[in-house]
Amino acid sequence: MTVYLVRRLIQALFVVLAMSVIVFVGVFAIGDPVEILISPDADQLERERAVAALGLDLPLWHQYLVFLGNALQGDLGRSFVFNEPALKLILQRMPATLELAFGAMFISILVGLPLGLYAGLRPNSPASKTIMAGSILGFSLPTFWVGLMLIMVFAVQLGWLPSTGRGETCSVLGFLGVQPCGAGLQWSFLTVDGLAHMAMPALNLALFKISLVIRLTRAGVRETMLMDYVKFARAKGLSPARVTFVHVFKNILIPVVTVVGLELGSTIAFSVVTESVFAWPGMGKLIIDSINVLDRPVIVAYLMIIVLMFITINLIVDLTYSMLDPRVRLETKGA
Amino acid sequence: MERNVQRRRRAFATLAAVGMAVAAGQVHAQTATIAVGAPVTSIDPHYHQLSPNNAVSDSIFDKLVNTDAQARNIPGLATEWRVVEPTVWEFRLRPNVRFHNGNAFTAEDVAFTLQRLPNVPNSPSSYAVYARPITRIEVVDPLTIRFHTAQPYPLLPLDMTNVRIIDRESSENVTTEDFNSLRAAAGTGPYRAVTHRNGDRIEFERWDGYWGDRAPFERVSYRMITNDAARTAALLAGDVDLIDQVPTSDIAKLRRDNRVQLSETVGLRLIFLGIDHLRAANENSPFITGNDGQPLGRNPLRDVRVRRALSMAIDRRAIVERVMEGAAVPANQFLPEGVFGHVDDLPAPAYDPDGARRLLAEAGYPQGFRIQLNGPNDRYMNDGRIVQAIGQMWTRIGVRTAVEAQPWTTFIGRAGRQEYSSFLIGWGSNPDGSHPLRNILATYSRERGWGASNRGRYSNPQVDDLLEQSLSEMDEAKRERLVVDAMRIAMQDVGVVPLHIQTNIWAARRGFEHTARRDELTRAQDLRPAAR
Repeated sequence: MTVYLVRRLIQALFVVLAMSVIVFVGVFAIGDPVEILISPDADQLERERAVAALGLDLPLWHQYLVFLGNALQGDLGRSFVFNEPALKLILQRMPATLELAFGAMFISILVGLPLGLYAGLRPNSPASKTIMAGSILGFSLPTFWVGLMLIMVFAVQLGWLPSTGRGETCSVLGFLGVQPCGAGLQWSFLTVDGLAHMAMPALNLALFKISLVIRLTRAGVRETMLMDYVKFARAKGLSPARVTFVHVFKNILIPVVTVVGLELGSTIAFSVVTESVFAWPGMGKLIIDSINVLDRPVIVAYLMIIVLMFITINLIVDLTYSMLDPRVRLETKGA
Repeated sequence: MERNVQRRRRAFATLAAVGMAVAAGQVHAQTATIAVGAPVTSIDPHYHQLSPNNAVSDSIFDKLVNTDAQARNIPGLATEWRVVEPTVWEFRLRPNVRFHNGNAFTAEDVAFTLQRLPNVPNSPSSYAVYARPITRIEVVDPLTIRFHTAQPYPLLPLDMTNVRIIDRESSENVTTEDFNSLRAAAGTGPYRAVTHRNGDRIEFERWDGYWGDRAPFERVSYRMITNDAARTAALLAGDVDLIDQVPTSDIAKLRRDNRVQLSETVGLRLIFLGIDHLRAANENSPFITGNDGQPLGRNPLRDVRVRRALSMAIDRRAIVERVMEGAAVPANQFLPEGVFGHVDDLPAPAYDPDGARRLLAEAGYPQGFRIQLNGPNDRYMNDGRIVQAIGQMWTRIGVRTAVEAQPWTTFIGRAGRQEYSSFLIGWGSNPDGSHPLRNILATYSRERGWGASNRGRYSNPQVDDLLEQSLSEMDEAKRERLVVDAMRIAMQDVGVVPLHIQTNIWAARRGFEHTARRDELTRAQDLRPAAR
């Protein structure tokens, strides 16, 4: 187990390093951040000053070494745009994205699993066919369009939900009444107004995942129902509920956990479209704004964090396998 | 309808919150919400010279010289200013002005602010240019300050419209982070910032000690919604009371909607085509070839007849009406009517494809040539579509045009390295003709600090000469004549090909009234409850 973890960590380090090189060279190839950030009426002297202030006067390899040296001391650089540490900016935005991603995952499991289970157990009923047809829509409709439609219907026409933004927020301690709401990490899901603001973007993100979970669950159920151990359990006279929820359910979870885990990762990292449409102040919006102005420190720091996050999620998924299925042994898996 | 929506929303909130206390956030006459399309990057008024930042700073801070909606200079923290000697400006300061923290405003604060301008660390675009002409600051008495310059410098009051004054006592050694966290954001403006959530919103509260007219709202929430469709939807849903950068595709719909009201004014941003003047008449321009695809061996754009033909071939009225949905005025110069430096006898060129063909033939290109027109596709209103339209219009006179529209991040770097033959770009002017002259039309020169945005490298000694005279002419009437003459010469020479000046458009919900500004700034103090 320890050997396994150490090996995974070393791999992670190399991936992060490679990522930083790629981003560094990539941003350099796209364009010049100073051209984009500088006021158009700045004269040549001011341009030279700005280039030097941002450290862009050094050759690229030198800039990279400076970055690497600072990164080893935990400093991922200061944003060109905000003049604040890139890491701090990202962490500030993280709660908003996390709660949205977890909200979406929650919805997708809560809706997707039961529907998928039903469709798998009664594959020929009209309701199952409707569910499967509906899941195709969830796959194929573009997120930004669905987002705008949700806004048009629920905010503009019906006026039930607020159109955009994050609404009121509160900290966990504030929610418990220990300290005022404004202090500490801010979460929307702790206030009614915040939940109302969260509903549409979370649903928008969840739509694709619901369909995914439905399809995976259904396929898994149909396959497992034909297995010998299920037949045997039924022959033994176990109740249908016990067969479904103990024998079948546990065995279909492995692919579902894998996919939901990876989907969670990509939702946290790349919910750019939904965050822009709903003006949700999360990390996705930060990264797209940063790319638009070539704010290299933020882009590099962000992608490094995302790589780390994916590696962690994969690790957790692997560990979950071994818990769900005793046949999976981590040591023998060869990472 | 509006009332219905609110009632339904309230009903839903109650439903959703069974057993919980409902704080129904009702629209109150004392509060307003503004949604802007461009993100504000800092509350530090001297960190990043950027319009969205300036708009927010203008609510919190004041300048010695403020600008009104028409972009004319009006007294701000200075009540009057005059030339003492050709190289000395004197500003009389407004008495009894207090900062948000209660400190009195004096000449020391002005001196302190000007000293800070060049010393803001890591600034990607600093305000140092406005302090550079000043060689010495002389505090005559607490309410009088003099600026000494090396040469006569008529633009000093205009420069002061960009310098937001901060409090010296509480701002020694403050950093940009101190401003962003609002620890140090004390100004003298009509609103003070009470919350700042980076990239999301800024909350303003009225400052009751303001020296001017009291701000109309107790609280203003200033939100950033960068997606155009979402911004319009937020307005129609009643979540926000004012939006800026109304997308042209929504204009017609919003005009018909009696829940909202548009406020608009012709702005200061010219959209124009830059032209390759760098390659000499006998050199190849990068994206121009003969009709056979072979290099021409010469740069046709150095011939004024070709430039004029290309300008005449553009149907500006069609672009304004069809592509811009009316949100622009055709132009043949940088500034609109009523602004210092506007040339009266320079109307927008008439659309004349036949004349253009004749001129081309005269210049030795009866069969035209091939060219590529470049431009951004995410920077200016409908930029990509304008580039396409011009491509078709040029092809119609025999100049076979390929078009390429790219994201701004890649486009601007290449334009700055003179890699294009012709390209679409925009310029938001200060309300003074010398500003575009100096930055776009003057010969590129590091020593003089001229032509820094002259990406086509246009150069005309006559223009340079008139500009130089104007920059040290202290008599405003004489200066305007010099500026106007220089502009006329550069435009008759088609140094660049002007297309149109954009109209700035805001949309407010009924019950609110907004004053449209030429300078595109969306400021909290420009929104008021509508007079009943």
